[in-house]
Amino acid sequence: MNFDFSDDQKQMRDAARKFLTEKCPPKAVREVLDGKATYDKALWQGLADMGFLGVAIPEEFGGAGAGHLELCVIAEEMGRANAPVPFSSTVYLAAEALLLAGSDAQKQKWLPKIASGEAIGTLALFEGKGNPSPKAIKLQASGGTLSGVKKPVPDGAIADFAVVAARTGSTGRDSDISLFLVDLKAGGVEAKSLTNVDPTRGQAELTFKNAKAEPLGAAGEGWSILTQVLDRAAVLLAFEQVGGSDRALEMGRDYALDRIAFGRPIGSFQAVKHILADMYVSATLARSNCYYGAWALSTNASELPEAAAAARISATQAFQHCSKNNIQVHGGMGFTWEFDCHMYYRRANATALTLGSLSYWEDQLIDRMRKKNAA
Amino acid sequence: MNFDDTPQEAAFRAEARAWIQANAPKQYEDELRKASLGRSGLKNANMLEVAKAWQKKKADAGWACLHWPKEYGGRGSSPIERVIWQQEEGPFGKLSGMFIIGHGMCGPTMMAFAGEEQKRQYLPPLASGEKVWCQLFSEPAGGSDVAGLRTRAEKQGDDWIINGQKIWTSGAHYSDYGILLTRTDPTVAKHKGLTMFFLDMKSPGVEVRPIKQASGHSDFNEVYFTDVKIPDSQRLGAVNDGWNVSLTTLMNERMSIGAGVATGFPELFEFCNSLMLEDGPAIEDRSVRSRLANYAVKASGLRYTSMRAISALSKGDRPGPENSIGKLVAGSMVQEVAMYALDLQGAAGALSGEDAEVAGKFQAMLLRAPGTRVEGGTDEIMRNIIAERVLGLPGDIRVDKDVPFNKIPTKGRA
Ligand SMILES: Cc1cc2nc3c(=O)[nH]c(=O)nc-3n(C[C@H](O)[C@H](O)[C@H](O)COP(=O)(O)OP(=O)(O)OC[C@H]3O[C@@H](n4cnc5c(N)ncnc54)[C@H](O)[C@@H]3O)c2cc1C
Repeated sequence: MNFDFSDDQKQMRDAARKFLTEKCPPKAVREVLDGKATYDKALWQGLADMGFLGVAIPEEFGGAGAGHLELCVIAEEMGRANAPVPFSSTVYLAAEALLLAGSDAQKQKWLPKIASGEAIGTLALFEGKGNPSPKAIKLQASGGTLSGVKKPVPDGAIADFAVVAARTGSTGRDSDISLFLVDLKAGGVEAKSLTNVDPTRGQAELTFKNAKAEPLGAAGEGWSILTQVLDRAAVLLAFEQVGGSDRALEMGRDYALDRIAFGRPIGSFQAVKHILADMYVSATLARSNCYYGAWALSTNASELPEAAAAARISATQAFQHCSKNNIQVHGGMGFTWEFDCHMYYRRANATALTLGSLSYWEDQLIDRMRKKNAA
Repeated sequence: MNFDDTPQEAAFRAEARAWIQANAPKQYEDELRKASLGRSGLKNANMLEVAKAWQKKKADAGWACLHWPKEYGGRGSSPIERVIWQQEEGPFGKLSGMFIIGHGMCGPTMMAFAGEEQKRQYLPPLASGEKVWCQLFSEPAGGSDVAGLRTRAEKQGDDWIINGQKIWTSGAHYSDYGILLTRTDPTVAKHKGLTMFFLDMKSPGVEVRPIKQASGHSDFNEVYFTDVKIPDSQRLGAVNDGWNVSLTTLMNERMSIGAGVATGFPELFEFCNSLMLEDGPAIEDRSVRSRLANYAVKASGLRYTSMRAISALSKGDRPGPENSIGKLVAGSMVQEVAMYALDLQGAAGALSGEDAEVAGKFQAMLLRAPGTRVEGGTDEIMRNIIAERVLGLPGDIRVDKDVPFNKIPTKGRA
């Protein structure tokens, strides 16, 4: 038993942190936040050059072939830096779906491009409000084409390709759903950017009009693949959330040490100390749940579904808790556009919804625990 | 990162499992399994006797106090082996309750400060449960502010004469020995005039009076000292250095980490799985699931946090103040869990004992829970520790810091 990352993995975390501190300072995040760019292209290329985009992609498909634990430590740093790049959509969703269900040819076509930074990918799942559910999928597949509307699609307006969940049957069962791979630049798909709570995380509406699509994985297997993709992405995103939580805590702590009120640093007031202690508690519980998730993900353990849901819930709560209380500790300053607090608050609340909401994952967790208990 | 056993760990686990299988007091297994915080006694047997017998059996076979050195009655095991043992011991581990203070705090303090001969004399019977120890720190005037204590120790030849009163002393009524923090110099600042001893609880002049708790049980006591004589050879650490000695004790309290802090979650999950509400099984109710999920991730978060601490220990790191998190989170969680389990029972939730659902398990938990947020340091003190020692925030302003102890005011509203 060993509940820690290896020294090599920690070194990779340090390297990622160093790189992101330099290449992704808050100023760079603000370029995107202020609407001057859709994402940070230079950073994206830099991440590719560092080998971070393909860290969990096998070498035969152009990646570094390091593995998912390595991807977890990088994810944490991406969250800590609030990086304004389509990392989660491309690496956690599109690449994972390809790795899980793609044919050799499909992997050969897209994975090397992901690793090199040439292609941005995404997962088109949602169709309006609501949580992941086979029933909610109306977009139709017929004769190798797709028609319908997906929204919100993360990074949909800048993506080169999408993994799309579509309806291929009418039995009312999960097996009505299949996955498809669509080259978004090949015509038949219209993308419209949507405004959102976190402008550093693009969202789009994609309208498919007889768009050419190739099946990804076996027909009727879509929902089962999707569930696995979402679980894997949940662990990875949870690491981003933990990175963000830690950063928010750190910002609050630093401010509390510097800001003087009533002749003392505000960090000497017990009420403020206790807010920060509670932030530490939630961030730590989330981190520990994430470590278990990381292990389950990297070994593809049967515990993964339960571990992923626990990591997701705990990290969502922690990031929301830490980012909102970071603003509280900053007082009025925390509420200004100039201070960085709101970037994390926005990211926390947007991230809380991207793979299905907190209540969805709560429901999943209990379902999975019950199944395990019954087994 | 690996949550599986290594071959050695698997071998250790197999050995532990086989031994427990062959030796544990199986007749109590079911009752112990169902026991929860606040309801840890046995129905038809004396818990203390059963616990002592199990502990002795473990000690004789080399399974007691796993991480202690062999010469003091332990096994010299690794921290991970301790976790494995706890996992395998399962409900029988609940029998160790009355030894926790001795094994977790008094023993390590003796190990750090007693003489070699004393260690060999006192530690093995402590490990084997033949002798039970208690911790005499808190006083009416000093709980969170331990250094505010007033029990006096005065030197008389080769002995010390103790006068004063302790309070909230868990298990004093069945303890054989205790570690005792006293004031030896009231004219210096409060932290600087303390001295630590260990003593025989049967010494003349020691009087133990059980306190009836809010729960109705009596697990802790008042202890009065009237001219109690302690030989100087039973002093732990230097004269007036008792504060540092007590810090060792308190640090070791955090070391008694394991995978098993009581959160109440397993009990609640099981309850919700069987409980029927008006509209069907509780576990299928959306709001119930949401609450359960929230507790589930706290419980698992704590479990893996302690596993991480154990990994750090195995690499030679010392347990740090970050381990206060377990006590802080589990304490309030168990209270919330109890309240929620009663809420789910509706009007009948107000019943207790055999008249209540699941034999009043959650009602008992409810009445014991306030104590868990106080004992071993209150929630507020735990948050202070995290804020100051983990996050590096300024310490509280201490108006009594440089004041001689006998000049510190003793009443709030003067
Ligand atoms: C079940 C149980 C078993 C116990 N067993 C033992 C034992 O075996 N041996 C032993 O020595 N002691 C024991 N204790 C005593 C325990 O350690 C103390 O009760 C505890 O440390 C709190 O001290 P107090 O009761 O004096 O409360 P106080 O210190 O009077 O605290 C009252 C309130 O003030 C708050 N407070 C105090 N100081 C601060 C501060 N600096 N900042 C913020 N808030 C503060 C506290 O958090 C609390 O809410 C036990 C207590 C319980 C409940």
